[in-house]
Amino acid sequence: MWTFIHKLGSPKWCYTLCGRLQPGFWAAAALLLCVGSVWALGYSPRDYQMGDSYRIIYVHVPSAILAQSIFIAMAVASAVLLVWKIKVADMAARVMAPFGAAMTFLALFSGSLWGVPTWGTWWTWDARLTSMLIQLFLYLGVIALRGAFGSADQGAKAVAVLTLVGVVNIPIIKYSVVWWNTLHQPATFTLTQPPAMVASMWMPLLVMVLGFYCFFIALTLYRLRNEILRRESRTRWVQELAD
Amino acid sequence: MRANRKRRLVIVVGLVALVAVAVGLTLYALRANINLFFTPSQIAAGEAPHDRTMRIGGVVKKGSVERSGDSLQVAFSVTDFASDVRVSYDDILPDLFREGQGVVVIGRLRDDGEFIAQQVLAKHDENYMPPEVAEALKATGNLPDGSVPSS
Repeated sequence: MWTFIHKLGSPKWCYTLCGRLQPGFWAAAALLLCVGSVWALGYSPRDYQMGDSYRIIYVHVPSAILAQSIFIAMAVASAVLLVWKIKVADMAARVMAPFGAAMTFLALFSGSLWGVPTWGTWWTWDARLTSMLIQLFLYLGVIALRGAFGSADQGAKAVAVLTLVGVVNIPIIKYSVVWWNTLHQPATFTLTQPPAMVASMWMPLLVMVLGFYCFFIALTLYRLRNEILRRESRTRWVQELAD
Repeated sequence: MRANRKRRLVIVVGLVALVAVAVGLTLYALRANINLFFTPSQIAAGEAPHDRTMRIGGVVKKGSVERSGDSLQVAFSVTDFASDVRVSYDDILPDLFREGQGVVVIGRLRDDGEFIAQQVLAKHDENYMPPEVAEALKATGNLPDGSVPSS
């Protein structure tokens, strides 16, 4: 186990592993997203109150879950960088950030579209919506802070600290609907209780969530390989690879 | 684990813990402002301001909705099952508005206790179900309160 983790810290070994894992995740993502979308849009039943507009859930919930998971992953990578000084962790944190920002935007945007027919408004400053907007700014801040430094190796520490500070917002997003009264409804899915939804509704949602995860992992492996090549371009193994 | 790694780990964990405590205390201090709306009980207890725009939230009381025949004028009571607030509104209601539905109303509280609404937002609960399931639950009387199936 420990030797595996140590090996993961070697850019060359990590590059090879990413290449080996990539095709499987791309295939799984394509399959799950196709099956999930058709199932969600075509076969799952309508909601008894909202009719068809509730189907936005099949994009809204996966993107919101991803937005939070990706930031947690970035925070873990940042901690690994700060404590163990493993460069690959910083590369991983860097390549994950733009997709995380995109997912946060998608969650806000799809929620806004959903809010119009359901609540009667695009936006309200309730705790859930506001904390999610802060999350988007944190992502943009992390990306901008890294961009403010000249080379890729500089600024890694500052970015890692900002990411670790920002991760405090994740539990706030999660529990905002419990701690304060909000327009946003509480979570439908909890670990302790069976879902407040029939199986024909939550099964396609589960497929979509897994599909989003697989797509994210595949994209991260792909971008991490590029990032490793870019940052390690002066090492001998990369130059041999290029020849 | 080498000593300097251990020290850095302590610093990282300490940093996150400190920020968490700072943010937690800030949010605790601001809790009254972060709540989106006042409940009818808070208004009955006089906690809500009278002369400025605010939000109240609760459930539309069953049998309280009175619509005017020739305009959009509508009046209804918002309840939290302890106190009620009478609301009047003169605009288009959201599709999900119905008796027993959760709502958030933006407007001003008049001194006579009537709430003049500028905007009515419908709240949706976390339960999603197909129409057939809702009908079946309704037949057995197990449908959550405030959930009226649309036709």
